Amino acid sequence: MMSAVNRFRQSRYFWPLVALALILLANVFINPAFFSLEFRNGRLYGSLVDVLNRGAPVALLAIGMSLVIATGGIDLSVGAVIAISGAVCANLINSSLDSLFIVISLGLLAGLIAGLVNGSLVSYLGIQPIVATLVLMVAGRGIAQLINGGQIITFSHDGFAALGVGSLFGLPIPVVIVAVVLFLVHCLVRFTALGLFIEAVGCNPRASHYAGVHVNGVKLAVYCICGVCAAIAGMIITADIQGADANNAGLWLELDAILAVVIGGAALTGGRFSLVLSVIGVLIIQALGTTILVSGIAPQYNLLIKSLVIVAVLLLQSPAFKQQLMNLLRGRTT
Amino acid sequence: MGETATHLPALSLNLFSKQFAGVIALNEVSFELQAGEVHALLGENGAGKSTLIKVMTGAYSLDSGSITLFGASFVPHSPAQALAAGISTVYQEVNLLPNLSVAHNLYLGREPTRFGLINWSQMHDDAKTLLARFRLDIDVSQPLSLYSLAVQQLVAIARGIDLSARVLVLDEPTASLDHDEVQMLFSILRELKAQGIAIIFITHFLDQVYALADRITVLRNGERVGTFVTKQLPRAELVAHMLGRELEALEQKLSVQIGTDEGNNAIAIKDLSATNGITTISFRANRGEVLGLSGLLGSGRTELCETLFGLARSTGGSIKLNGNCISIGSPRQAVRYALALCPEDRKTAGIISELSIRENIILALQARRGWLQPLARAEQQDLADNAVSELSIACPHTEKAVGELSGGNQQKVILARWLATSPAILILDEPTRGIDIGAHAEIIHLIRRLCEKGLTVIVASSEIEELVAVCDKVIVLRDLGMQAELAGSDISEQRIMAAMARSDRQEAQS
Repeated sequence: MMSAVNRFRQSRYFWPLVALALILLANVFINPAFFSLEFRNGRLYGSLVDVLNRGAPVALLAIGMSLVIATGGIDLSVGAVIAISGAVCANLINSSLDSLFIVISLGLLAGLIAGLVNGSLVSYLGIQPIVATLVLMVAGRGIAQLINGGQIITFSHDGFAALGVGSLFGLPIPVVIVAVVLFLVHCLVRFTALGLFIEAVGCNPRASHYAGVHVNGVKLAVYCICGVCAAIAGMIITADIQGADANNAGLWLELDAILAVVIGGAALTGGRFSLVLSVIGVLIIQALGTTILVSGIAPQYNLLIKSLVIVAVLLLQSPAFKQQLMNLLRGRTT
Repeated sequence: MGETATHLPALSLNLFSKQFAGVIALNEVSFELQAGEVHALLGENGAGKSTLIKVMTGAYSLDSGSITLFGASFVPHSPAQALAAGISTVYQEVNLLPNLSVAHNLYLGREPTRFGLINWSQMHDDAKTLLARFRLDIDVSQPLSLYSLAVQQLVAIARGIDLSARVLVLDEPTASLDHDEVQMLFSILRELKAQGIAIIFITHFLDQVYALADRITVLRNGERVGTFVTKQLPRAELVAHMLGRELEALEQKLSVQIGTDEGNNAIAIKDLSATNGITTISFRANRGEVLGLSGLLGSGRTELCETLFGLARSTGGSIKLNGNCISIGSPRQAVRYALALCPEDRKTAGIISELSIRENIILALQARRGWLQPLARAEQQDLADNAVSELSIACPHTEKAVGELSGGNQQKVILARWLATSPAILILDEPTRGIDIGAHAEIIHLIRRLCEKGLTVIVASSEIEELVAVCDKVIVLRDLGMQAELAGSDISEQRIMAAMARSDRQEAQS
């Protein structure tokens, strides 16, 4: 029994979960009704559900971003891909091709193409990931603006809008989508050898190449998965407001996604990854946002407090910092 | 020992212990270093040499015991602190910055400045003067990566010495140097010794120990076996101390010949040239044969291995496997043709240090199967367990990260990775570099065992004795071309060295 507890304390899950628990507890202090759930009109309501629902788009981005970061890369273009997929879907709905199947398929295809572009630049042309994806981060919004003809495209389509505001099995559909995508991507990487290859490439691309791993193929694959995840996030955001805003949809979300992956304990240099930890990272950011919002602190302090808490979470996970802290404490007692 | 005990020791360690998670790495080791001596620190992998060095240089803290530096108690908390106290370390792997200039590497962190800006011309002049002491005349403004590993190693040593070291620690400084460069390094070390610098010298080359060291301390399993005056210690005794047993004589070489006609050649290379510079190299090897690639540093040993494995594009000639002409464009293709390569540079091209032993072992086989056909966890475990027991890889369990193993065990893991793919042709580039004498003998033994099973092994090595002991055929390379081919009883150290030295190609073939 003791060993199980110890093993949990040693595991990578320990500190992110502790951080999440502390932030949730803080929320209860501020708002005693934080944990209360209510079942109304066939759907759960409550602050916890809100955290999950609001965090859904970033969670999708973080799932794809985990894989990209695991290969030692980074994808800055996911926010722009959100805008593109939203623009594609909104314009299709307003055209004659308004069947839900076609709209969603082409939205996903847009994300896949974006991933192919990023992946090809990074793997086959050997451009540094931060530069390669910066290209689409800038150009992507331009493409979305072109598709939208410079306007904010609004639409009315109950089927599509359900992606953002509907509910399924008593949960908001965005939450269900995150669960399904998390499960599918997990199966894709852990029940095939893809996960092993991703980690091998991230740890040591040269040695992986020498061992016969198709390094370029693996890199291309992770950017494609990341692009598709971003496209899904884009559809949720677009469905939620029933409109495609090329300038603001998904703006700066790539930074939240990268932050979530880092809070989940992944190294930006590549290597081991955990999809679940990245999603926990998203929940930490989201719950923290809620805390600050309801705490009554003046809004101009929000960003600063958020950064301070995140720095604390990152320090908690750093072995070097913990070692120094231990040394300091030991020095005091002796 | 009596004659050196008269003056104050430069550095002494007393009853020094270090544990890692309950495992004793050093157990009450005492060690004394005199100013102006070269002291060799010997032992197998895992004997505690690296730990000793790391405690001494402040990379690890010590659990018990004390360190005295020139009579004063000394407790280093960081490498920087050790450096400031005059202990300078040059590691086996050159750890400089390849993208910076040679001069900048020499003066990194202590650049000469003028008006708060780096004074580049003075830095370049200083660097030239410093390197002149090493008889190294190179353009110091060029990036370090432009120069050979040997030059980089000398630059690292020059930097270490210039940091006004009183104690210089050299961890396998000669692993990547050829004969002349080693001699040059030794003459420099003798000069430093005469200046009163105390030198700790770690190596696996016993010849070099006898050529250079005044005294020898042998470690085994974290304990000090003893300190000896080099002149009074016969070599066989030294080896016995290191291993704790008498080294078995290398077993008699037995030559397995299965078919000698051309059609049966497991691999036949004709006039092979490639983008990395090798030109018109030809050889044949049969099943069960060991083919050696010999030559000085830069002669093309590694380049030939890389070309065979698809890491460089061939520009002419042919490669035949079992009589079938093939072209190999990438390691992935090479693996499909049942070729395997254990690369020279174990750290950057071999192991994936963060991944576990199990994952490292299955990687090549899994890569050949493709991502859609994953090996079941039980199969992976079987492969890893078999490899661990068959190659006697020393590890607590197969989930341990490979980076935490010793050099010899890392090499065995890479061997296991390739043996899992059941290769037909196994290319070993410097398979015994930087590993201890025990693992060395095991790997040589393993090569013979694999050949008996019908594998063709190609060994590139800078150690001529090793090739003589193990090869059925030796190709001598020079300047990226072929110099001679020796077979059977023609293979001897003298003949190989003669072929390396001979200038005319025609003579070599006669």
